[in-house]
Amino acid sequence: MTLRLSVGAFVAGLAVASLLAFARTAGPRPLRAAVIAYVEFIRNTPFLVQLFIIYFSLPAIGIRFDAVIAALIGMTINFSGYATEILRAGIEAVPRSQIEAGHSLGFTRLQMYRHIVVFPALRTVYPALVSQFILLMLGSSIVSAISVEELTGIINTLQSTTFRAFEFYFVATAVYLAMALVTRWMLHAFYMMLFVRGRPLDKAWAR
Amino acid sequence: MPLLALDGIRKRFGPHLVLDDVSLTVEPGEVVAVIGRSGSGKTTLLRCINGLEAIDAGSIVFAGKPLPRAGAALREVRREIGIVFQSYNLFPHHSVERNITLGPTVTNRVPAAEAVAIATEVLRQVDLEDKRNAYPAQLSGGQQQRVAIARALAMRPRLMLFDEITSALDPELVGEVVKVLERLASSGMTMILVTHEMGFARRTADTLVFMHQGKVWEKGPPRELFAAPKTRELESFIRAILEPND
Amino acid sequence: MSRDFEWAEFVFLLGAMRWTIALSLIAFVGGGVGGLLIALARTSRNALLRGVAAAFIGVMQGTPVLMQLFLAYYGLAVLTGVRLDPWPAVTLAFTLYAAAYLGEIWRGAIDAIPRQQWEAAAALPLSPAAQLRHVILPQAFRIAIPPTVGFLVQLIKGTSVASIIGFVELTRAGQLMVNVTFQPMIVYPLVAVLYFVMCWPMSLLALRLERKIDAALGIRRHS
Repeated sequence: MTLRLSVGAFVAGLAVASLLAFARTAGPRPLRAAVIAYVEFIRNTPFLVQLFIIYFSLPAIGIRFDAVIAALIGMTINFSGYATEILRAGIEAVPRSQIEAGHSLGFTRLQMYRHIVVFPALRTVYPALVSQFILLMLGSSIVSAISVEELTGIINTLQSTTFRAFEFYFVATAVYLAMALVTRWMLHAFYMMLFVRGRPLDKAWAR
Repeated sequence: MPLLALDGIRKRFGPHLVLDDVSLTVEPGEVVAVIGRSGSGKTTLLRCINGLEAIDAGSIVFAGKPLPRAGAALREVRREIGIVFQSYNLFPHHSVERNITLGPTVTNRVPAAEAVAIATEVLRQVDLEDKRNAYPAQLSGGQQQRVAIARALAMRPRLMLFDEITSALDPELVGEVVKVLERLASSGMTMILVTHEMGFARRTADTLVFMHQGKVWEKGPPRELFAAPKTRELESFIRAILEPND
Repeated sequence: MSRDFEWAEFVFLLGAMRWTIALSLIAFVGGGVGGLLIALARTSRNALLRGVAAAFIGVMQGTPVLMQLFLAYYGLAVLTGVRLDPWPAVTLAFTLYAAAYLGEIWRGAIDAIPRQQWEAAAALPLSPAAQLRHVILPQAFRIAIPPTVGFLVQLIKGTSVASIIGFVELTRAGQLMVNVTFQPMIVYPLVAVLYFVMCWPMSLLALRLERKIDAALGIRRHS
């Protein structure tokens, strides 16, 4: 469940973030301001409180979600806040000279993004996105607070019935750690396959 | 007794033999200019002399004692060997005066007032007394390099090492640094310079060392070597330096 | 029997905010001291020290805060028989958390100092301790300030998790108020706003400091 939530939120969050990042860099002024407000609010308030608002506050005005859905929405929104910033940095990191080359070739804005911006931007931000995904996965433990049956929630239930708290928590911690390490390793390999064509290792990975 | 005696120095970087059986003696007051193409090992040789690089074989004897490998013993010896780098490496968060007094006050335990007096003296030697409160970022390359020289001199070394100190400078700033070097040489300082400044080498150096592929290829008084190089390599090197567009 | 959300309830929230701030500050200071030690260990020449520090950072950054909190509060009690009260447990957990993250940030700052500064200092000569004290750490400190301030924001948000074990900080206070007033529509968004008020100025400060440092180092960045 932890994995399903994380991956789901990642995909959905990334989709939202892409739109928002595009809006942030290329949209009209009011839209840009709205995106900034959205991002700043998410990044300066705790995830737990955001979850509570979705799961507890919204029902008061009639919008009711099942716990798992609420968790998914919460994780998606939270992730999109950080991802938008990451993507924006990637977009802005594309050298000006490339953009100018696109202009001189007569690209429309959409073509520009497709051919010049997207791929280099993704390559630049890949490490940051991976880190954010790991944080997302670890953050999923918080949704146990609204009784979602993911890893932390399950462990909590188990340990309260057997009173062997430390072993259970230790195991859970180890599982999270293992997930984090394996994920990082897998995504690193993915990066190598997709992006690296005979280039020296990116500094961000040399940890 | 020579101030510095290098014998049979050998050094590898991975599979690459960078220094191959290098021997050299330097007498007190001698000015040695080391020249050669990039990759010939000259910078590595310089860095071995004050222990920034470790040698794989051979011996380095400074003032009659072998050079320690590391630790407090090496630090003791480094007090007598000053080094100036190509990229000056001044401490950007300290003023010129503090850059210079740091070594004396912290390592030589010189009282603050005396350290300031030393700073005044060495700044005068490099023509920069009026810059004592400036910060490195406010200075030109040539000025920064002269401060670097002053910083090294403040420790009262017996030997000064210079690693291509003019190579990173704009041409019009080179002259002020070379002037300082010549003044230093005539004051009797023992100096080893890795350099491309052939004019300085010819005028001021006592010994010219031409390195090629990690070996000392030719060695002798500059006038002789420039006038009559014995080997093909030195000859083509001199020609390349003096007539670069041929 | 429910109360309306009025001034008294708001004051309760403010009171709990004190605990959020207190916890964050204690963890930040304690973690700061620990973080410095970890950063030094992580950049030392001793391979064992480096490994241990790296492992510690890896574990703390690879596991959820909530788990770390549970271990400190419930787990420790079962293992050693020492039952920590919420306050010490929470302080311990967040201090270790802060130490790991700050250690990693400061290690990055130390690593950012070019090798040549170390060499110039060593060749002067300066002892390793003197190199750190006069040359390396002052420069690393400047680089480290913006991300350190940024982490303080992360820490303040992180303390909200302490509510799950019942520690009464701002989030828990919010839950209590909702239980009493049955008005989640007002309370939780208000709690969010209070966090925002604590965090946003810090975020702005971190951004401004980062721009100043980049300018000083001559790096051009997009705004």
